[in-house]
Amino acid sequence: MQFGLSEEQILLRDNVNRFLDDNSPLDRVRLYADGGDDADIWAGLAELGVPALLVPEEQGGIGLSPLDAAIVAECLGAHIAPTPFLGTAVMAPTALVASGGDHDELLAGIAAGTQRVGVAFSEAIKRRNDARVEVRGERMFGKSLFAFDAEADSYLVADQHKHLHLISASDPGLKRTHLTTVDKTRRTVELTYDNVEAQCISTDSSVFDATLDIGRVAIAADTLGAAQSMLDQAVEYAKQREQFNRPIGSFQAVKHMCAEMAAQLEPCRSMVWFAGHALAELPDEGRITACHTKAHLAEVAQFVAKTATEVHGGMGFTDLVGLHYWFKRCGANRQWLGAPEFVRQEAAVLQGIVSD
Amino acid sequence: MDLSFGPEYDTFRSEVVTFLANNADKAPQGNDLRGQAAKDWQKLLIENGYTCRTIPKKFGGYGAEPDIIKSRIIAEEFSKVRVHSGLGGQGISMLVPTLLEMGTQEQKEQFIRPTIMGEMVWCQGYSEPGAGSDLAALSTAAVLDGDEWVINGQKIWTSTAHIADWIFCLVRSEPDAPKHKGISFLLFDMKTPGIEVRPLVDMTGHANFNETFFTDVRVPKHQIVGERGQGWQVANAILGHERETLAPANTAQTRINALVDLMKSETADGARLIDNPVYRDRLMKLQSKVMAMRFNELRVLSARLNPGQDPGLSRMITKLEGTELRHDLEGLAIDVMGEIGLAYEDNPYLRGSGSWQREYMFYLGLIIGGGTSQIQKNIISERGLGMPREPKFEKAS
Ligand SMILES: Cc1cc2nc3c(=O)[nH]c(=O)nc-3n(C[C@H](O)[C@H](O)[C@H](O)COP(=O)(O)OP(=O)(O)OC[C@H]3O[C@@H](n4cnc5c(N)ncnc54)[C@H](O)[C@@H]3O)c2cc1C
Repeated sequence: MQFGLSEEQILLRDNVNRFLDDNSPLDRVRLYADGGDDADIWAGLAELGVPALLVPEEQGGIGLSPLDAAIVAECLGAHIAPTPFLGTAVMAPTALVASGGDHDELLAGIAAGTQRVGVAFSEAIKRRNDARVEVRGERMFGKSLFAFDAEADSYLVADQHKHLHLISASDPGLKRTHLTTVDKTRRTVELTYDNVEAQCISTDSSVFDATLDIGRVAIAADTLGAAQSMLDQAVEYAKQREQFNRPIGSFQAVKHMCAEMAAQLEPCRSMVWFAGHALAELPDEGRITACHTKAHLAEVAQFVAKTATEVHGGMGFTDLVGLHYWFKRCGANRQWLGAPEFVRQEAAVLQGIVSD
Repeated sequence: MDLSFGPEYDTFRSEVVTFLANNADKAPQGNDLRGQAAKDWQKLLIENGYTCRTIPKKFGGYGAEPDIIKSRIIAEEFSKVRVHSGLGGQGISMLVPTLLEMGTQEQKEQFIRPTIMGEMVWCQGYSEPGAGSDLAALSTAAVLDGDEWVINGQKIWTSTAHIADWIFCLVRSEPDAPKHKGISFLLFDMKTPGIEVRPLVDMTGHANFNETFFTDVRVPKHQIVGERGQGWQVANAILGHERETLAPANTAQTRINALVDLMKSETADGARLIDNPVYRDRLMKLQSKVMAMRFNELRVLSARLNPGQDPGLSRMITKLEGTELRHDLEGLAIDVMGEIGLAYEDNPYLRGSGSWQREYMFYLGLIIGGGTSQIQKNIISERGLGMPREPKFEKAS
């Protein structure tokens, strides 16, 4: 029995972290937030094999597991790195492989880092405003909100029936409008479809479910990384900042804030590991664990993000230390792919505690 | 990642399951866990190696090599069918492991067997009116007079002192030594002249703990564990481990399942509470936490089995998070029932034999006892996160 990361997984984590330390420090993230692109970061990660993680070996990928994807997501969250990882490297390959169709070319492009596939799932999870996706005879109409990412070459769109369709970003009927949000580390868009060519990938709702589940676990892992980084920054800050002739970290009020963050966050790490493992190995537990992990990380991170900011005093509120980028990353992760209240409702339905 | 315990453990698990299927009816029922039925059950469990598993045969145990996976399987299977898993209490959970580690041969022979058989009940005399969280400030004095210690002072919150046969007690034997170096760990008979026990009624309405007074209590010199002045190390040898086991995730899982059942059967205005989205969301939130704690416990177990694996803070946070979680969980059940949740003792509307209120209060006790939540946070921040210690406060003299 061994519940934890393997040596290969620790190596993967260390490699990705080292790359991001060098290539996605806060100053680099700020360039993206000010309108720059993420091309060099993604290209570097592609050299490490990150987009190829979940692509099967036959299609030029590495064929690793959801847990490996979660490990990388945690590194990305810790560095608040701007990348198309969630859609391109996690959700798209999962959907394409699960659909059983022939998508060799696209998968090979994903693995090579040359194809970015975005995701528009919000309307199939909880429709907001007048957004709605309709497909009639391979033509797509309507609108998706908060699709990610903004620079994708194609999008995986889920319609009301949880059917999955692939559309090209260069289709003349597609309009793509940037939607500004508080989270400047990743960009989301509004997609309007006016007679867009839609290639149906799957009408099997279990393909949609599998794609959503792994997306949720990856988001939870991203949140874990971001929240852990905020805690680490708070502890470091508290050790060196002095007031009343002593480090503020020697004040018990401050220590207890940090201890509470650590106590809530530590079990989250085991939860993310288990959720990643369960998706591949424990079919009975995979879905429900994914829901709980997504929801629980959202709650813990909300507490950590607020508290870690408070530990920094006024500095936490400024743009100078940039802590707010992590705060907002956690905030965005909380809403993406299902807010915690809705996701917990799904967990209840999955257990048969309540009907849909 | 490998969550299987391996085929040899599957065989072991099925043995446990078979044992429970054949014998569960002999387990003691209700709350009488000190009667003859409980002692007979204890004997049967020891004979089969389901409790006191690693205690050597010569001291009355089963004598198996330590195997934490087997211990876990036993705990899992007993908790699944909600069958009593053997006698507890501070003698078995704290004193016996302490003696095994630090006791003399004579002490092991004299005390372990009767303790695990339930013939000898112990109480723990640590806390004093002036020494709670700051336990090392204790002042109960032990002065050597010839071959005897003479003890004067007072203990408080002494659970089960009113029924205990013996006490393991921390006393100040070296008044001139530094605080932590002047303490000794003594064992003595509660029938020794000079001991007075005054029960203290606690919030449950019952007297489960006591004030314990010592006036010239004379204790043979050799009834000491470890050396003079070493009592602090003796007491701490097992304190950390004890903390980790106060609120196991297994039991939290059993309780949350019971809470789901409760919410399916309880109604308000004829509607099941499980169908009320507000209460249901509170339930689901707690289910997330129970799940997280279960996986945290897997990590603790794994780090024990694989010495190279870093447990992070997973062990250090279990007392704080586990006890707070149980208190919240029992509290939700009470909220779900509304006024019926207040029912107590002989109230005909009582649910689950009153366990929800009982456990709700019991876990508040555990939040305070065994190192309060605040003390846990001190430990996590100072030892876990490496934050600076509190500056010392010098008393004006
Ligand atoms: C149900 C129950 C059973 C018990 N059974 C036993 C037993 O069998 N034998 C035994 O010896 N003892 C027993 N105890 C005693 C228990 O160990 C003490 O109650 C506990 O250690 C706290 O000490 P105290 O009660 O003196 O509270 P105090 O130490 O006075 O604490 C009061 C408050 O101050 C806070 N506080 C104290 N110091 C600090 C600090 N440094 N930083 C931050 N906050 C602080 C505490 O967290 C708490 O909130 C039992 C207690 C309970 C509740």
